[in-house]
Amino acid sequence: MKIRTVSRTISFSGAAAIALLAAIPGHAQDARATAIAIMKRDFHAQGIAGMDRLDQDALQVVCTRSNNRPPKAIVERLERDQADSIKFPADGKLLGDWRAGEKIAQSGHGMTWKDKPGKPAGGGCYNCHQIGPKEISFGNVGPSLYHLGKIRGYGPDMQKYVYAKIYDSKAASLCSAMPRFGHSGALTEAQIKDLVALLLDPRSPVNQ
Amino acid sequence: MNRALILGAAVLLAAGIPNQYAVAQAGKSAKKPSAAHAKSKQAAEFEQFHEELEQDNPAELFELKGEELWKAKRGPKHASLEQCDLGLGPGVVKGAYVQMPRYFADVGQVMDAERRIVHCMVTLQGFKEADLAKQPFSTPDRTPDPVSLVAYVAAQSRGMKIATPQKTAQEREAYAVGREIFNYRAGPYDFSCATCHGQEGKRIRSQQLPDLASKKEAIKGYQGWPGYRLTGGLMHTLQWRMNDCFRQQRFPEPGYVSETITDLLTYLAVNANGHVYKGPGIKR
Repeated sequence: MKIRTVSRTISFSGAAAIALLAAIPGHAQDARATAIAIMKRDFHAQGIAGMDRLDQDALQVVCTRSNNRPPKAIVERLERDQADSIKFPADGKLLGDWRAGEKIAQSGHGMTWKDKPGKPAGGGCYNCHQIGPKEISFGNVGPSLYHLGKIRGYGPDMQKYVYAKIYDSKAASLCSAMPRFGHSGALTEAQIKDLVALLLDPRSPVNQ
Repeated sequence: MNRALILGAAVLLAAGIPNQYAVAQAGKSAKKPSAAHAKSKQAAEFEQFHEELEQDNPAELFELKGEELWKAKRGPKHASLEQCDLGLGPGVVKGAYVQMPRYFADVGQVMDAERRIVHCMVTLQGFKEADLAKQPFSTPDRTPDPVSLVAYVAAQSRGMKIATPQKTAQEREAYAVGREIFNYRAGPYDFSCATCHGQEGKRIRSQQLPDLASKKEAIKGYQGWPGYRLTGGLMHTLQWRMNDCFRQQRFPEPGYVSETITDLLTYLAVNANGHVYKGPGIKR
């Protein structure tokens, strides 16, 4: 699996967004600075989980500091940054294999310090979403996706929307709890296509 | 639990028999089923199962092992831990667990129970912290001594109200810093502790997630630890729980008995204040 190096460089608009959040009481800033300093001292790299993972990008800074309720002006700018970074497949095809998608949705493996490098990660989708009708052990942190295509349609716009949502959930909802699976390199283009198929292929059990 | 059974199982443990075997033995004594309420049959069955487990909790074996370890002369200094000060004076164990993490003037630091016990093993008995940190968590072959010691100390607070102190500036700072760590979003998945544990009524798969930021629900994360975990059949402490949360958060690994963990546990324990601690528990 190719893990794309996530740029830790804070973009101009990101830096400006962080500056806009400066109006936070002094003692809270002290506790936060202390928290970051002691985490950087107390943690160590383990397996594939390097110390760079403690460094926040602009979005993580903004969402942490605003307690996931960022000011509107910042939201629009940063969501646009995220949307611009989404890479759609060069062949224009967004629908993969729903059977492979189901396996990816079931697996919660990947990206932890116990996971081996090069092994494909899962999406862990059932951790938070209801999806297929057979799986009754599903979480509720995210909305139910059962009958997604049947309810919202199967067209190209919907496919693009779902691909983008999995690739970078933050493009549509800046401080969403959902990981940015494409942006972080956790899932490959082919895997995301398979998940789109799980949700939007009319033959997928999700839409039966 | 039948005392002979406990002792028998404890002997097995001491002899190095894998924990699962001891549990199989412990599970044999039958208990009366509790009255099923107007709940679904499945829920009632699960509740009964859990109740039986609580009554025959293998965690008790580790409490006994911990008590032995506490009183035995061990380590390079050939000393017991009976002079260890857990915050209520040297040797006072009763009620100490529900009043930690707390500030310890002798080291100028806030310490949680396991951190303090490790500190005592180092200062009183001459063990090396680096050695204790090498393999700090239970495996099928080995339960580290601090784990059993924490179980013993925690059991001496069974039935007491959690009263984590916030009297000193250091204790208040540990809470404030712990809250920041709890809310810190980072890593490839943008997770903080709060991503999963910051709202009521949420589940990961079928597992209910308590809102650890709330005074009402934080107790659900605190209760039952240290605990015997059915997954793998191992005894674990809150040090392990925090470590495994950070793993699933896709963070790098936090240091064993580090300040980061103490601060996070201070946040959790203070939020759980006022609730009755039931002693070492059992976890799925």
